[in-house]
Amino acid sequence: MAKRITINPITRLEGHGKIEIFLDDKGDVENAYFQVPELRGFEQFCVDRPADEMPRITTRICGVCPMAHHMAATKTLDDLFHVEPTPTARKIRELLYSIFMVEDHTLHFVYLGGPDFVVGPDAPATERNILGVIGKVGLEAAGKVIDTRKRLRAIITNIGGKIIHPVFGLPGGVSKGITEEEREEIVKVAKDTVEFAQFLLKLFDDVVLKNKTYVDLIVGDIYKHNTYYMGMVDENNHVNFYDGELRVVSPGGKEIAKFKAQDYLEHIAEHVEPWSYIKFPYLKAIGWKGFVDGEESGVYRVAPLARLNASDGMATPLAQSEYERMFDTLGGKPVHNTLAFHWARLVEALYAAERMLELAADPELTGTNIRNIPTATPDEGIGVVEAPRGTLFHHYQTDKDGILTGVNLIVATVNNSAAMCMSIKKAASGLIKGGNVSEGLLNMVEMAFRAYDPCLACATHSLPGEMPLEVNLYDSNKNLIRTIKRD
Amino acid sequence: MAKAKVAFYWCASCGGCEEAVIDLNEDILKVVDAVDIVFWPVALDFKYKDIEAMKDGEIAVSFINGAIRNSEQEEIVKLLRKKSGLVVAFGSCSHLGGIPGLANFHDREAILTRSYETAPTVVNPDRILPQLSTKMPEGELTLPEFSETVKALDQVIDVDYYLPGCAPPADLIMGAVTAILEGNLPEKGSVLAPEKSLCGDCPRGEKKPEKLVMKDVKRVHEIIPDPEKCFLEEGLICLGPATRSGCDSRCIKANMPCRGCFGPTKEVRDQGAKMASAIASILGLEGEEEFSEEKAAEIVNKIADPAGTFYRFSLPSSLLRTRKRE
Repeated sequence: MAKRITINPITRLEGHGKIEIFLDDKGDVENAYFQVPELRGFEQFCVDRPADEMPRITTRICGVCPMAHHMAATKTLDDLFHVEPTPTARKIRELLYSIFMVEDHTLHFVYLGGPDFVVGPDAPATERNILGVIGKVGLEAAGKVIDTRKRLRAIITNIGGKIIHPVFGLPGGVSKGITEEEREEIVKVAKDTVEFAQFLLKLFDDVVLKNKTYVDLIVGDIYKHNTYYMGMVDENNHVNFYDGELRVVSPGGKEIAKFKAQDYLEHIAEHVEPWSYIKFPYLKAIGWKGFVDGEESGVYRVAPLARLNASDGMATPLAQSEYERMFDTLGGKPVHNTLAFHWARLVEALYAAERMLELAADPELTGTNIRNIPTATPDEGIGVVEAPRGTLFHHYQTDKDGILTGVNLIVATVNNSAAMCMSIKKAASGLIKGGNVSEGLLNMVEMAFRAYDPCLACATHSLPGEMPLEVNLYDSNKNLIRTIKRD
Repeated sequence: MAKAKVAFYWCASCGGCEEAVIDLNEDILKVVDAVDIVFWPVALDFKYKDIEAMKDGEIAVSFINGAIRNSEQEEIVKLLRKKSGLVVAFGSCSHLGGIPGLANFHDREAILTRSYETAPTVVNPDRILPQLSTKMPEGELTLPEFSETVKALDQVIDVDYYLPGCAPPADLIMGAVTAILEGNLPEKGSVLAPEKSLCGDCPRGEKKPEKLVMKDVKRVHEIIPDPEKCFLEEGLICLGPATRSGCDSRCIKANMPCRGCFGPTKEVRDQGAKMASAIASILGLEGEEEFSEEKAAEIVNKIADPAGTFYRFSLPSSLLRTRKRE
C-alpha cells in the first residue's frame, strides 16, 4: 500500500497551501502535488464596482505586496481613462514603488527564506524562524534590518496614506505631493538604504556562499528547472519594476518575445486543473504540455531570478556589478537553479535602493502638478508592474460611465504556479528515498516553494537603542530551548 | 508560571493583518516575551496536527483574521474555538466580512465560472472546475468547498472581541493585547476601538461648515479636492459619518475619502443604511427650492454603486446580506 505524506498548512509563505506526497512500495516518491485550497474571486466580485475604486479594492488581494496591486490598478486606470500621469506624479509613483520593492525583498530574505539558510534547512522547526535568525546573525545585524524597514515604511505611510493598503493612486496622477523637506529626508533614508542593500549582499556571501553545503544545494539538481523566463525591461533591456515591455527568453537564453502589456492576451494563457484553485499560466506560442520543463513546454517563470534572466542587465551601477558577479559565479545566463532566486532578490533590492536615491534626488519630485483629470470616455485598460513575486497583470473593461463589466487578473505568484508544482515534486523525489522522511527533509521540500513566494515575515523584532531584551523560546512541552539575550 | 499560549490564524484574507502585527515593531518584543505563540502559519512552522493535539481551552487567546470563504476555514476556526479561552476577530474581514465579502453580490457559480471558464486568458475546453475530490493515479486529492456565501467570523463561531480596521492600527492591537494580558477587558462582544464616529476625529473637522450641504456627487478621479475641506462638501462620498473612529484618519490625511473599514459605531446596526441616511440628510433638498425631485434623483443616481460603496467592508454582516440570502 502506497504511503501518503501531507504537509498542511505549508508555512512561512503568504496565503494558503498544502503539499501531498505519494510514496511507492519502496518508499520512493511516486508523485507530489502542491495544492492551493483557496479562491476569493476578485475577478467576478469587482464587476459592477466603479473602476476608479480598483486601486483601493485590489490592494486586498495581498496585504504583503499591496503596493504592487495598487500600482497595477492605477496604471490600468491611466490606460482605461486614456490619461497620462503628470511627470511629477509618475516620479512619485515610481519612488514609492522602489521603496516598497527594497522593503519587501528585505522582508523575504531575512524573515521567510532566510531562516532556511541562516538557521539551517533541517534545524528544529521551533528555531527555523526569525528568532533563530536573530540568534545566528546577532542583534546588531537584525536591528539594522528592523530599523531600515521601519524608516522605509514610514515614508510610504506619509505619502501613500497607509502602508498596508496605500490609497494615493488615481488615474492621471496621485492624491498627495511631496514637500522639499520630505524629499530631503527621503534622500537621507535612500543613501542608508543603498548601504543596507550592500550589507545584505555581504551577509548572503558570508552565510550562504561561504558554506559549501548551501552552495551545493543551490547549484545541485534537486532545485533546478530549465524553463522560459519573463520580466519587464526598459528600452535598454534593463530590469524595470514600474514600466516597460515584457520580455520572454527561452531556456537557452534567447529572446522569443517582447511585448507591451496591452498585448498580453496574445502571449499568455491559463490552464485549469481539478485539484487546485490556482490556475496555471503558460506561453500561448509554446502551449500547455503539462508539468514539465524544457523548450517544448510553455511553463515559464517570473520574479527575481526570472527578471534577471530575461534582461540584459541592471540600470544602476552597483546592482549591475552584482548582476555580473552572480551570473559569473553561477556559470552564465540563464541560471536555472531555483534557490538562486534568493540571490537575485538581493541584487534587485540593491537596484531598487539605487533607483530610490536617483528619484529622491530629482528636483521635479516636489512639483505641485500631481494630477491630470481624465476627460476621455473609459472603455478598456491593461496595466502591468513587476511585483516582488513577479509580473502582475490587471485588465479591466467598463461601460461608458467607468463601471466595471469585466476584470482579469494574473497575479504574480500565479505565473509561477506550474513551476512551483514541478519544483515541489522534484525536491521531494530527490530528498525522500526508501521511505526515509524526516521533518527536516520535509522542510527542504517546502524550501522549493519558498524560493518563489517568499512572503511575509513573522514576529519582527525591532531592537531600539539601549533597551535590554531577552527572548525565550519554548517547545510545545514548555521546556525552554533557547534564550536570546541583549543587555 | 507558564506563559499564556496565543495563536494567530488567517482565513480569507490578504496577509495585511499579519503585516500589522509585524508593524508593532519594538512593541512586539513585549508580546513575544509575555506569551508563547503556538500557531502562526505565516511565520512559524507549526501545523494543524499540533493544534489538534492540544487540550480544549489550552490556548489563552486566538486572533483570527480573514472572512470565512470555504469549508477548511470553517473547520479550523471551530477547532481554534474549541482549543481557546478567548477568540478575537482581528481586522475588517473577520469583524464584518471585509472586501472578500463583496462576493456576496454574486452567486457562487458566477464566481467559479468567471475564474475558470470565461476569463479571457483561460483555455478550458473541457470546462474543468476545482473539485472537492480528484482521483489521481497515486491516490485521492481533496480541496475545501468554496461556500455559497462569505461570512464574518461570528456567523460561524462565538467571538469574544473585535479588533476593527483594514488592517487594525498598531495602537489598537497593543491596547487589546495589554487588556487581555492584564485581564482588563470590557464586556464580551465589544469592539476594541473608540465609540465616536470618524467625523468627530477628522482633521478637516475645523473647517466643516455649520450646516453641511452636498450639492453634487463626484467620483474620486473627477476632481482635485481642496485638502482642507470636508469631502462631502466637495461632493465626494466619504464614509466618515457612518464609520467608527480609531484609524488616525489615515486615508483622509492622504487626501482620499474614507471607505469605512472600521465598520459602524456601537449604536448603528447597519453601516450602509446609516450612510444612506447621512447622505439623504445633507443633500440639501429640504427648503432648497432649486432642487426639484428630478434634480434630486439625478444627483442620487450619480452615486456609482451605492451598495458596493456603503457596504465596502461590511456586506456579509449587514441587513442587506441577510435579506438577500433568506
